[in-house]
Amino acid sequence: MTAEPVLELSNISKRFGNLLANDDISLSLAQGELLALLGENGAGKTTLMNILFGHYTADEGEVRAFGSFLPPGRPRAAIEAGIGMVHQHFTLAGNLSVLDNIVIGTEALSKLRSDRSKARNKLTDLSEQFGLQVNPEALVGDLSVGEKQRVEILKALYRDARVLILDEPTAVLTSIEAEQLFKTLKGMTETGLSVIFISHKLAEVMSASERVVILRAGKVVAEKSTADTDRAELAELMVGRRVTRPVRQDQTAGGEILAARDVDVVEDGRKTLNKISFAVHSGEILGIIGVSGNGQASLGRLTCGLAAASAGTLVRNGQETRAFSPHALVEAGTARIPEDRNTEGAVGEMAIWENAVLERIHNPLFSSRGLVDRAACRTFTDELISRFDVRGAAPDTGTRLLSGGNMQKLILGRNLATSPNLIIANQPTRGLDEGAIAAVHSELLEARKTGAAILLISEDLDEVLALSDRVQAIFNGRLSEPIAATEADSKSVGLMMAGIWGGTDAA
Amino acid sequence: MRLERRDQTSLALIVAAPVAAIIVSLTLSGGLIALAGANPFDAYFEMVRGAFGSRLSISETLTRTTPLILTGLAAAVAFRAKLWNIGGEGQLYLGALIAAWLGHNMAAAVPAPLAIPIILLAGMVAGALLLLGPVLLRIRLGVDEVVTTLILNFIVLLFVSMMIEGPMKDPLAFGWPQSVAVESDVLLPKILARTRLHIGLIIALVAALLIWFVQTRTVFGLETKAAGLNQKAAAFAGIALGKTLLGVACISGALAGLAGAIEVTGLKGYVTLDLSPGYGYSGIVVAMLAGLNPLGVVITALFVAIVFVGADSMSRALGVPSFIADVIVSISLLTMLVSLLFTTYRVRR
Repeated sequence: MTAEPVLELSNISKRFGNLLANDDISLSLAQGELLALLGENGAGKTTLMNILFGHYTADEGEVRAFGSFLPPGRPRAAIEAGIGMVHQHFTLAGNLSVLDNIVIGTEALSKLRSDRSKARNKLTDLSEQFGLQVNPEALVGDLSVGEKQRVEILKALYRDARVLILDEPTAVLTSIEAEQLFKTLKGMTETGLSVIFISHKLAEVMSASERVVILRAGKVVAEKSTADTDRAELAELMVGRRVTRPVRQDQTAGGEILAARDVDVVEDGRKTLNKISFAVHSGEILGIIGVSGNGQASLGRLTCGLAAASAGTLVRNGQETRAFSPHALVEAGTARIPEDRNTEGAVGEMAIWENAVLERIHNPLFSSRGLVDRAACRTFTDELISRFDVRGAAPDTGTRLLSGGNMQKLILGRNLATSPNLIIANQPTRGLDEGAIAAVHSELLEARKTGAAILLISEDLDEVLALSDRVQAIFNGRLSEPIAATEADSKSVGLMMAGIWGGTDAA
Repeated sequence: MRLERRDQTSLALIVAAPVAAIIVSLTLSGGLIALAGANPFDAYFEMVRGAFGSRLSISETLTRTTPLILTGLAAAVAFRAKLWNIGGEGQLYLGALIAAWLGHNMAAAVPAPLAIPIILLAGMVAGALLLLGPVLLRIRLGVDEVVTTLILNFIVLLFVSMMIEGPMKDPLAFGWPQSVAVESDVLLPKILARTRLHIGLIIALVAALLIWFVQTRTVFGLETKAAGLNQKAAAFAGIALGKTLLGVACISGALAGLAGAIEVTGLKGYVTLDLSPGYGYSGIVVAMLAGLNPLGVVITALFVAIVFVGADSMSRALGVPSFIADVIVSISLLTMLVSLLFTTYRVRR
């Protein structure tokens, strides 16, 4: 290790309301180091990086870059000190070219002409040096997610970043793209750059990083040299206890519960699903794996009754139709877990009991002659809360006060309480911590055991491989042929996620 | 300094917001009263005496409260569902016009106990129909109802003006633009003898209770609440957003139309262009001050009525222009909007 760290955070604390997001965190980064910042959602990783980059001001503590103190709350100072950040959600203008996106903000407004050729040369040099291929004239809006990320990295390098911070860089990448990214990052550290990447994925932390700092509940709980640790140890450090995800037992599937045959969906004038076909059977989990933004949202809306097929047929219990309605689906015993629990799954400003019964309020259990039976609703909610272990909740608590995991348990609970024969689970564990993920998984497997058909739409490869009996990949609005879970491994499924299946390239 | 969302808004805070708004408004208006050359304390004393000083003034204040409760409810019901009905004034006038027409022409054919409910109902239907147009335009074509309902106010006023100077003009009114009068047996019964206070007040109070019941105890109330707070989640739960919005529009328009029908049958007996001193617009202030709570509307309607009735006598006693009433009510709305910010957010340094 060199004498002086390139980056040093000392005793950083940050409080949001009652939440202590960062609690006395210190860490340092050496030159040429590839450091992973590991932690669950809500552990404080992103907050810490935002403080480092000047988006937030720390309540306590200070940041030093290359030995000199960084003034808090000033992103420009961080950029000038040579720190570059690649956010999880890209900050690029889709209607500008790659070159424009990179140059923007680096030239003084008073300059009359921008020096395009000099900028282009610098960009070309950088992309050659680090193996980040992009076409400088391409429109950013036309680029794939992986290419956009490359532009973001180049943007930071163009501003002479010596320290690169990447927030969950693989969240939007296929496994192949992710591998490529880490190869690039490794190359950068060899030329003397230093990199911090934020992640909650153990596999990539183990394979890519040199050193790993583990955050839990806003605190640094451990710091390990990657060579001296293993996945199990990291998992335990990250979660704080030993968590084992449930395991799927073999069983034979029954009759077809839900199917789509050659279905197209057009939303906002764009074809979002293209001739998709699938079938889910009783006692079976069909996993739909894919990188975010390939049509999962449309598929979710289609199967939850919010979008109609413009071509093809949907089949529910043998009945053919073009479109479901939420009401009819619920009546037929469908559990629907929406992609975004905060905007679709529940109304945050309403009480928990109101959200618990909202989608079946017309059921005689909860209302008669248009009048709500409030006592019955509250009793039902009370049972839900205890049976599904929704913590920190009473029927009259505001739903917004629930944590992500507990809100998901509420949504799962209100659906599973009525023993559904079909479950549409769209990203059911997105943003949940390990404990909550294990709980959701065991509920889904339990429902499968009792004969429910489950359509699992997920971006998490581990989750899909662990739960599904059969797997189909979604790419660019199209579905691959199903493959049995026994034939699926992360490599073959990774190729499918990139649109390569059946000997053809779906792209 | 920054704003942070509160975890939960306490009941005390919900009550404190309008109280603070009113106090701030009275303080600021006090400065204006002083500028006009009067002692603010004397002025407010005169105001309260003007509103409560005698049996007559109390009855006048309550008479003023009646239409404000109804237009306040109309706004509260609509705003809760994120339906921005600014057209209360137009709906009120259309309800009034229908009531005058029926009250004049139908009274001979139908006995009074039957005629009064028919007239009030017709006023409600008129108000509801007037709001349905803008709401259908919003649902079908995404037309902003703030614009359409607001513009309809002027169209309706011109229409009323045309009617009362033309087909419905009272031939006995010495050329004043005034509609024909309703027959005396369809006038609403009085509550207090020798005052203008009529049973419209009771109808308005019942309406407030009814709206509260619908909002908190019925399936329709729960569904409109969800739809108003979060359209996506409501649609996901299978709530027909268009249908609930139409339902809300019917109720809101009907309440404003009822206010007009009651003003005609309870108070004036005929329609003129000064039938309403902006009750439709004041209803918005009433609703906002009440935090859109239907029972709160009753209290805030009373406040606004006190200010208006009291300002008249203050003006007579101290020579302060009675426009101060508009100033007080307007400032209280502005301060209420600020207070509302602090009920959902807290300031942190």
